[in-house]
Amino acid sequence: MNVTELHRKLIAAARVNAPDDRVSYAFEKRIMALIPAVAPTDSVAVWVRGLWQAAVSCAVIALLCGAWSFFSPASNTGDDLSQNFENTLLASVDQGDQAQ
Amino acid sequence: MERSEAELIAAVLQGDAASFEPLVQKYSPRVFATARRYARRDSEVEDIAQEVWLKAFEKLKSFRGEAPFEHWLMRMTVRTCYDFLRGHQRNRESPFTDLTESENDWLQTFVAAPEKASETADAAKLLIERVLEKLSPQARMVITLLEIEDRSVKEIAELTGWSVPLVKVRAFRARAEMRKIISKMAKDKYL
Repeated sequence: MNVTELHRKLIAAARVNAPDDRVSYAFEKRIMALIPAVAPTDSVAVWVRGLWQAAVSCAVIALLCGAWSFFSPASNTGDDLSQNFENTLLASVDQGDQAQ
Repeated sequence: MERSEAELIAAVLQGDAASFEPLVQKYSPRVFATARRYARRDSEVEDIAQEVWLKAFEKLKSFRGEAPFEHWLMRMTVRTCYDFLRGHQRNRESPFTDLTESENDWLQTFVAAPEKASETADAAKLLIERVLEKLSPQARMVITLLEIEDRSVKEIAELTGWSVPLVKVRAFRARAEMRKIISKMAKDKYL
């Protein structure tokens, strides 16, 4: 068998039978649907959005805590919340004074 | 009014992703035709085309507009096809004993009278596909671009990102590899 001639014939066959350029149905729609997943994100916008969400969450928590402390009934022990808070906060200072 | 390619690309780069769709519509036939040179199944061809377009969108910033968009896109397509070939090296070791009847007939016609074996026959197309499948990815890429698509060495170097001497070396090796495979086919069939 003449291998060189067979090589030439087969290459010629490949040239004659060029592949068709048919595109799958709605291919461009599929690509456009996938593009948001690969689209580069704006890092500044992401930070701004995240910080706004954090600020809103903090404001809501502060409002809830305020409402809870305002509307909760006073305890029977007679302890004042603000006094307790101040004592706790300044406990280390008091301990320092006693040590001296 | 229809926008120019440069306007569409500029719009995409400014964040208007919808402007990418006309580019996909215009150039998908070329991308699909190129992918069909290297992949047989429709699902594989679609995967290659999809990968090409998603890469093109991601890397559009690197398109400087010095050469036509089509050239830039075809470079990306050829390189994606090459990656596909490297990842799908199947059927390379299988023998040529499972040829169809039409392929056998075509080969017998060729042995008896080479001039009577038509290049336009479907059997010839199937045979060359079998031979190409057995080539290494590099050899298949070079044979396809150089001999089947009739491109110059310089063009191949631009498309593949290989240097001109490397393309020449790979072309020499690819032809030798193809001759060896065709010889093996003849040996499997007639010895």
